[in-house]
Amino acid sequence: MSVLVYTENWEGKFKKLSYELVSYASGIAKMLDSSVTALSIGDVDDAELKSLGSYGASKILSLKNEHLRMLDSQAYTVVIGDIAKKLDARVIVLSNNNTGKALAPRLSVKLGAGIGSGVSKLPSSTDPFTVYKRVYSGNAFANVVIKSDIKIITLAQNSFEIVGTVNSAEIEHIGYDLEAGLIKTEVRDIHKQTGQLLLTDAEIVVSGGRGMKSPDNWGPLVELAGLLGGATACSRPVSDEGWRPHEEHTGQTGKIIAPNLYIAVGISGATQHIAGVSSSKCIVAINTDKDAPIFETARYGIVGDAMKVLPGLIEAVKSATTD
Amino acid sequence: MKILVCISNVPDTTTRIKFVENKLDTTGIQWVINPWDELSLTRALELKDNNPGQVEAVTVAHVGPASAEPTIRKALAIGADSAIRINAEPHDAYFVAAQLAEVIKSEQFDIIMCGIESSDFNGSTVGSMIAEFLQYPSVSAVSNISIENGDVIITREIDGGKEILSLPLPFVAIVQKGIAKEPGIAAMRGIMMARSKPIKVVEPTDVEPLTDVVSYEMPPEKEACRFIDADKPGELIDILQNEEKII
Repeated sequence: MSVLVYTENWEGKFKKLSYELVSYASGIAKMLDSSVTALSIGDVDDAELKSLGSYGASKILSLKNEHLRMLDSQAYTVVIGDIAKKLDARVIVLSNNNTGKALAPRLSVKLGAGIGSGVSKLPSSTDPFTVYKRVYSGNAFANVVIKSDIKIITLAQNSFEIVGTVNSAEIEHIGYDLEAGLIKTEVRDIHKQTGQLLLTDAEIVVSGGRGMKSPDNWGPLVELAGLLGGATACSRPVSDEGWRPHEEHTGQTGKIIAPNLYIAVGISGATQHIAGVSSSKCIVAINTDKDAPIFETARYGIVGDAMKVLPGLIEAVKSATTD
Repeated sequence: MKILVCISNVPDTTTRIKFVENKLDTTGIQWVINPWDELSLTRALELKDNNPGQVEAVTVAHVGPASAEPTIRKALAIGADSAIRINAEPHDAYFVAAQLAEVIKSEQFDIIMCGIESSDFNGSTVGSMIAEFLQYPSVSAVSNISIENGDVIITREIDGGKEILSLPLPFVAIVQKGIAKEPGIAAMRGIMMARSKPIKVVEPTDVEPLTDVVSYEMPPEKEACRFIDADKPGELIDILQNEEKII
């Protein structure tokens, strides 16, 4: 019996979210008096694999199989499902990112395991197994009991503190005989930029709305994000107008993010926008309209024109960091 | 080629969510097609219009009681050819997916489209569950589907970019932003035509849900916004650096 955590890698590396997952799995393992096994699929070297042990994984399974280079949901489900059965895993933890969303539901059906998706806290009880999740796009939360023997949890990104521990992890390299013809997805082309900070990984996000007035005004916003080591985002009207790329759209139908700091510049704060950012730890709003709904969600606010406030903030950050 | 779009019936996004005895207070709620499902339907109809002779029909399927029929009619008014309603309360994602999988097994579709998330339960699970029940391939985070020389080509969003994929029919596409620009609009003609389009009602199969919602909570109360003088940006940076310790 164990807690299995699937730790995806990006070009052979793990991210903060991987360690959040292992820390979370480790928290559950403590509640169940069990241990954590992490599963890695892909080319990850031993030093990187071993790093998962620093957050509580006692065993790390590493599967390298050239047929599994690309995510094929059906094939990955067969592999992870078989490994979960072999380990007699009681709880399986995945991220609530695109990969987790593609795999967790298939695993649920394969293993007859109920899912708690987008969970942000440890279970309040393990019998009955009760998890806490965001519902109604952040307008409420639900306590959900998972009734099946095996439980699957997808963890919301940046919602769980990483917890370091003594590393006593063992790495085991495993093989898997993949049935021919199992992989049906054919990749024809890939367009990918590497090395850029992803919006979903960013701890600081500076985001612009219609109040930025023109696509030509983004310079100071980008500069502020850069100075803070953050990423840039935008509201839906801005991406719809083509002022900024669609990948930057945060909101209900765009990206759902939970950075430590979200600075909303010239964003009025429509319900749909708030749905995408309400899990942020701290929201700062800059808007000319003191009655804009964004100030109901923000912790700090500045009433003023973005084009005047942003240069002041840039100067203030520069002088604060050179002190 | 036949396309099925699975639709969920959800409260309009601007609804003030309240609970009475741990159940959603439905008083005054305006019910709508889940936004992602509406975009799926829009793209399915575009595929039908742009590929005459290749896409024969677009059907919508919904798991819910008769009270959801206005939402189904709206999907028909936007342009779906027919609808299937599985007559059951949607207890959990596993239950809903099992019901849809049964219907798909008996009716046979080539492309099944599901929105990546519903705006009520935010589970992101039904589409991929259907695929596993049927042992169909599935692709999640799909931002485009097109038909080129008879092949179905899919764009999948990945971290920092996109992949162009092809896969054999039938399959399940779990779609997200980008799949269609604006949701399709029900014009008067569509609304008139929708009245005579068929909604087939199917009784549910016996499936035991795997999860129960035991209680709801409102988000924690938020303190009032602390305003900082626009002429003193340094004050904000000082707070973020020294009080909040986040920069």
